[in-house]
Amino acid sequence: MSKANLLERRNVVSALLSGRKDAIVVGGLGASTYDIAAAGDHERNFYLWGGMGGAVMIGLGVALAQPKLPVVVITGDGEMLMGMGSLATVGLQMPGNLTIIVLDNEVYGETGGQASHTGANTELVGVAKACGISDARSLATMAEIEAFAPSMQDVSAGPRFVSIKIDSANLERVLASRDGSYIVTRIRGALGFSPI
Amino acid sequence: MHTRNASSAEAVDASPSWPEDIFSVLQRFDVRQVPYVPDAGHSQLIERVLGEPSMRAVPLTTEEEGIALLAGGWAGGQRGVLLMQSSGVGNCVNMFSLTQIFRFPFLTLVTMRGEWGEFNPWQVPMGSATAGVLELSGIKVLRALHENEVREVVEAGAGQAYNACTPTAVLLSQRLIGAKVFTK
Repeated sequence: MSKANLLERRNVVSALLSGRKDAIVVGGLGASTYDIAAAGDHERNFYLWGGMGGAVMIGLGVALAQPKLPVVVITGDGEMLMGMGSLATVGLQMPGNLTIIVLDNEVYGETGGQASHTGANTELVGVAKACGISDARSLATMAEIEAFAPSMQDVSAGPRFVSIKIDSANLERVLASRDGSYIVTRIRGALGFSPI
Repeated sequence: MHTRNASSAEAVDASPSWPEDIFSVLQRFDVRQVPYVPDAGHSQLIERVLGEPSMRAVPLTTEEEGIALLAGGWAGGQRGVLLMQSSGVGNCVNMFSLTQIFRFPFLTLVTMRGEWGEFNPWQVPMGSATAGVLELSGIKVLRALHENEVREVVEAGAGQAYNACTPTAVLLSQRLIGAKVFTK
């Protein structure tokens, strides 16, 4: 199932986040969270180490609470498949400030590279469109990704859904914080909210 | 015993006052996000939320979405409450981890099925396990049996959830809501 010229995931995430400004970035459990950490730890990074299937909904919760801030969910195909219903929920709420990025390597990389549904018949861009997320697309080159990244700052034109086919190589883990209280309290602090 | 008819046209006859009590508690605690999977027992409260500009009603495809939504909402500075029926508690189990990991103010109001005159046997297994599943997941369980105690119990639940970040479920008994009547 290997395809030529697939993108390297860390380059993709770095390009997406290099001009992030005030954006809050949610990473799905597994490699996506490592990719976000590899692009540079940030007080507005929402790292997930569990809760599989919940990344898009966490992003939606932040996006509804902070409609003027860009919110970017970066997750993998396996995590997205587990929370596919959340695309229907996003399609109902239509938050203008939410962007969902799926890094699709067509395998469950964290557990040994078992094939996922996206390598066969499931096409996530089509799923997102069918859920009412009309700005849904695939990006295939670094030039396309660099051209797309600034649009995530527009908080009125979303929601957006992007699928990016990436190379399935397992890269060295870059370990983000896995202390949930710390992660959330740090984000809240960056937004001006005190601990209880 | 109250009853409610399965036909929606008659679902709102003689509206009870306890959903209004819940709504006023939620308003007082500045609850802003209200994810839900519809349940007949919550229908009056859902209508009130849909009509309240300060609250965002978020219909879900499955209840576990609501836990993740509320974790994100809290990170963004808003409180919320998850409305669901007892069967939905079973759909949430792994996502309940977020309440322990983030220690965020999680409150859910659960309308009970599978007890007190239940007609549908399919509701009984999960209804019987609801309180145990919540407790095993680290969530405190409070229960309202009668109309005149709903305000007090929901107030206590909201207080410990929002003030002490203690994940809490309030079970609204089928005795309170009324067993669903199935007619042809």
